[in-house]
Amino acid sequence: MNKKITLKSSLKAYLYLLPAVAVIGVFVIYPLIKSFFMSFYVKYDYFKDKVYVYGIDNYKTVLSDPVFWHAMRNTMIFVIGVVPISIIISILIALMLNSKIKFGGLFRTCFFMPYVTSLVAVSIVWRWIYHKDYGILNYFLGIFGVHPIAWLDNPDVSMIALIILSIWKNIGYNVIIFLAGLQTIDKQYELAAQIDGAHYFKRVWNIVIPLLSPTTFFVAIVSVIGSFKIFDEVYALFNSGGGMAGPSDSALTVVFYIFRKFYGEWNFGVASAASFILFLVIMVFTVAQFCYARKRG
Amino acid sequence: MDKKLKKGISTCILYLLLIIGSIIMILPFYWMIATSLKTSSEVLKMPPMWIPTSWKWSNFAEAWKAAPFARYFLNTVIVTVFSTLGELVTSILAAYAFYRLEFYGKKVIFSILLGTMMIPGEMLLMSNFVTLTQLGWINTYQALIVPWTASAFSIFMFRQYFSTIGDELYYAARIDGSKDFGYLINIILPMSKPMIITIVIIKAIGSWNSFMWPLVVTNSENMRTLSVGLTAFITDTGTNYQLLMAASTFIILPMIIVFLVMQKYIIEGISHAGIKG
Repeated sequence: MNKKITLKSSLKAYLYLLPAVAVIGVFVIYPLIKSFFMSFYVKYDYFKDKVYVYGIDNYKTVLSDPVFWHAMRNTMIFVIGVVPISIIISILIALMLNSKIKFGGLFRTCFFMPYVTSLVAVSIVWRWIYHKDYGILNYFLGIFGVHPIAWLDNPDVSMIALIILSIWKNIGYNVIIFLAGLQTIDKQYELAAQIDGAHYFKRVWNIVIPLLSPTTFFVAIVSVIGSFKIFDEVYALFNSGGGMAGPSDSALTVVFYIFRKFYGEWNFGVASAASFILFLVIMVFTVAQFCYARKRG
Repeated sequence: MDKKLKKGISTCILYLLLIIGSIIMILPFYWMIATSLKTSSEVLKMPPMWIPTSWKWSNFAEAWKAAPFARYFLNTVIVTVFSTLGELVTSILAAYAFYRLEFYGKKVIFSILLGTMMIPGEMLLMSNFVTLTQLGWINTYQALIVPWTASAFSIFMFRQYFSTIGDELYYAARIDGSKDFGYLINIILPMSKPMIITIVIIKAIGSWNSFMWPLVVTNSENMRTLSVGLTAFITDTGTNYQLLMAASTFIILPMIIVFLVMQKYIIEGISHAGIKG
């Protein structure tokens, strides 16, 4: 069983590893290091790949840029707006689908469908749904007496439009994960509680939800990281072409800010600095979630 | 009796909620298709016309011709197929090394690979763009494919899966005189079908829908993928919503059909990856 490590066995293994390691090395590890250095480039000619001055000016620029803070604030609003609501709704749907119902598969298909479709294409569909005069969302709201809302032109509601689209798009994924989580929960716990005569909602709250917490934790981590990186939705929904993110930049997110600095202004240093700041923020949030989960056991 | 009634009511509420939820999920797709079959004046009718009366199929032909969608489709298919194949090959080979072979630096290399899963791709965009420019790869298929032919996530998933396969077969194969590569191809691969399907599905969905990368590394029309081409199409088409919806339909509909056909595998695959990952 115990094979010895020899030079020959190592060389053979390296051959197996070579394709993957080469690609990951060139396109993930090397650019990570390079991006780190890039964030300290102050004077730089990217065509010649020559650096004239290093410094922390890029970080200063980003941290003192009100536009960056505006983007960070929007991104936080997005994370807080999407993650909890999406988790609560998807747990409820998963619980409903997990109870013995007919057509469960059909319902599951419906909820999952948006997840597999192209985000850019569905964003265009939602532009039409959000249309102020002819959109069906305003039509339905009108039935309840709500005045037409300029979803895509009013800076006050553009983040809400973004949040609704994202919840709709990604909820199917969460439902599937929660369904898988529910199936791993030992039926016996539930049975024991049933014998005790506990009421359904009590049973869910006291037994199912706590047992489901590893799944909830996983979904929360994945959603928080994903939400911090939101970009495609903003680009496609407001069709900004890399210019303004929504009416008067009201849906600007951090990754959009990075993209604009990079691809719009060709300011690689500032874009890299901003991306490291974003990475740190995501790390802090992820570590905080891990600590919270551990504390609760 | 009272209990039965209570149960009946709660079942009704359950179905009602599920039906409303499903309608919310499906309605945008229905509305897209309905709009794509209307004339430009029917599109702007209020209250909305739920069923198109003119069935204007020519909208599809018009939208298809308004931009080089055939080319976008071809590009997207090429990119999806080759990056998926590439990722399968590189990850299976690497996973096999971690699973069965002994070598110096095994733990270190594995930890570094796992660590790369935490890095957001957005951070790498700028320096990768410089690398691709220096390689002269901007506007090429290589740029769209090669950087996406390896993934630490897939390596990790395959290694986990391989390690559930017992040792007996390995030694049996050894006695038969089969070398590692033969063992991998003839025994491990056929046994790993569920994991291969999972990885292919996750990868293909991601690749088909990817947006930021193709947006950055291509700038000529004939290298665009569907996602990028579609955003350009909106700018050109403006407010011709029946054409926009027709274009969205022929992009979304094939995906929905593939999903409906493959849904058992897709849903199993996603939940599998979610629980393991």
